[in-house]
Amino acid sequence: MITLLESRTVNKRFGGLQALTDVSLKIHRGEVYGLIGPNGAGKTTFFNVLTGAYPIDGGEFVMNGAELPAGKPHRIVAHGIARTFQNIRLFRELTALENVMAGHHIRTSAGVWGILAQSRAAREEERLVTERALEILDYVGIGRHADTVARNLSYGDQRRLEIARALATEPQLLALDEPAAGMNATETAGLRALIETIRADGVTVLLIEHDVKLIMGLCDRVAVLDFGKKIAEGTPAEVQRDPGVIRAYLGDHRAH
Amino acid sequence: METLLQQTLNGLVAGSIYALVALGYTMVYGILGLINFAHGEIVMVGALVALQTILFLSSAVPGLPPLVLLLAGVVVAVPACMALGYLIERIGYRRLRNAPRLAPLITAIGVSFLLQTLAMIIWGREFHVFPQLIDTAPMQPVDGVVVSPMQIFTIVVAFTLMGGLMLLVNKSRLGRAMRATAENHRVAGLMGINANGVIAATFIIGSGLAALAGVLFASNYAIAHYSMGFTPGLKAFTAAVLGGIGNLPGAMVGGLVLGLVESFGAGYIEHLSFGFLNSSYQDIFAFMILGAVLIFRPSGLLGERVADRA
Repeated sequence: MITLLESRTVNKRFGGLQALTDVSLKIHRGEVYGLIGPNGAGKTTFFNVLTGAYPIDGGEFVMNGAELPAGKPHRIVAHGIARTFQNIRLFRELTALENVMAGHHIRTSAGVWGILAQSRAAREEERLVTERALEILDYVGIGRHADTVARNLSYGDQRRLEIARALATEPQLLALDEPAAGMNATETAGLRALIETIRADGVTVLLIEHDVKLIMGLCDRVAVLDFGKKIAEGTPAEVQRDPGVIRAYLGDHRAH
Repeated sequence: METLLQQTLNGLVAGSIYALVALGYTMVYGILGLINFAHGEIVMVGALVALQTILFLSSAVPGLPPLVLLLAGVVVAVPACMALGYLIERIGYRRLRNAPRLAPLITAIGVSFLLQTLAMIIWGREFHVFPQLIDTAPMQPVDGVVVSPMQIFTIVVAFTLMGGLMLLVNKSRLGRAMRATAENHRVAGLMGINANGVIAATFIIGSGLAALAGVLFASNYAIAHYSMGFTPGLKAFTAAVLGGIGNLPGAMVGGLVLGLVESFGAGYIEHLSFGFLNSSYQDIFAFMILGAVLIFRPSGLLGERVADRA
């Protein structure tokens, strides 16, 4: 097992609230790693600290053996981490294609002068970027909506577009924050197939999800957060049997 | 009929300069939600730096052709203003990005005073004659309508720049990053776009356009001085609001419409007021428009969604 991402005693405070306490975990290359826990357990905070949206208050993230730069979101993307959002945050006024092309920004280099002069190199890069973006849209299954403005897409397609935009950054680790939230059973099944394809294509997936069935069916390993602390880690089956987890989370769920 | 054609032409000249300046306001507003009141001073700095360069060169190397002098002025003024725009953003506004909206606005007004005062210290309080390096001798293509090569030059340069900017914003990698950052600079950062770099680029491009507008303005009216940026700055802001602030085509349309309205106003105001007011009152039209737009169509001619940007 090769470790892709390791978090070492990561801490995050908001004023007096300790949102994350010494969270350490290792994500292996090629797996789907689930991050679960009750509401407010610190899952999204973990994503925000990982991706540089919030500054880290202690500890570090190590990706491929190199420490991630703190507080520079775009440089963390350059290290191969991309994310989606629990509440969809597309560039709403851009078309689906442009959203994906914006995600591809960091992997391209055309300068201002090349575009203004319409140089061959600049046009060639623009053509390649467009082609690649269309491929990614097809890959997530919304190629036919390439020219639709993002805000006009259906809810499920917006979720897919977020994944497409994240994939366009060519990540090694794709962090999905509740991708199935608000989806019906059919949409969730489609999403599950998509995540399995992404894994099969060699991208490691970090998944926050409340849909227990999805987590249990999809994840190789799962970590459970409760009040900002990791209380369990293991295969879905192991975690499901863990008494602490049952108390904190799954127990509640079964009672419903 | 001659008056109509003549005023249309004059309006297009003034309007295309307003449009260039308005683009800078609207780009910065679109990306940061900030009205950069120091933007008009960039126009002034551009004109005065170009003037200084032209005066220096024409005394150091006598006999240079006028077009070369003008070009040299532009080549020095544009990068100088780009650097200035960058510094203003870096030093003045970046720290305030998450501050309440009033803080950067007040800072912008402060920067505006600072630049005017610095310019006054460097260039004095007097009006400088800006050499007219492109022929301003009137030609009469149509009877009763005069147009100078300088006016044609102004319109051509302004429209070329506007076309280039639209191409850049809509078809390039940087432009896409700018539009993404304008919608949400935090999400853009998380998607691998260096939002600080994109915001800096926005200021740099806007300042470059303002510098050129300054040179065109000074060349057309043959004058440059430390407070010359104020009125065109305010009018360009009006133009940006008129077109729908944050909207690039809006800034261009707004600039041209404002130039035309002013020009027609100046041409016909004597008739309209039965000789009570003359053409030196043309400025009232710009600000009447600003008032009317704010009352009747606050989102501007081409604008929308001002409320959710605010």
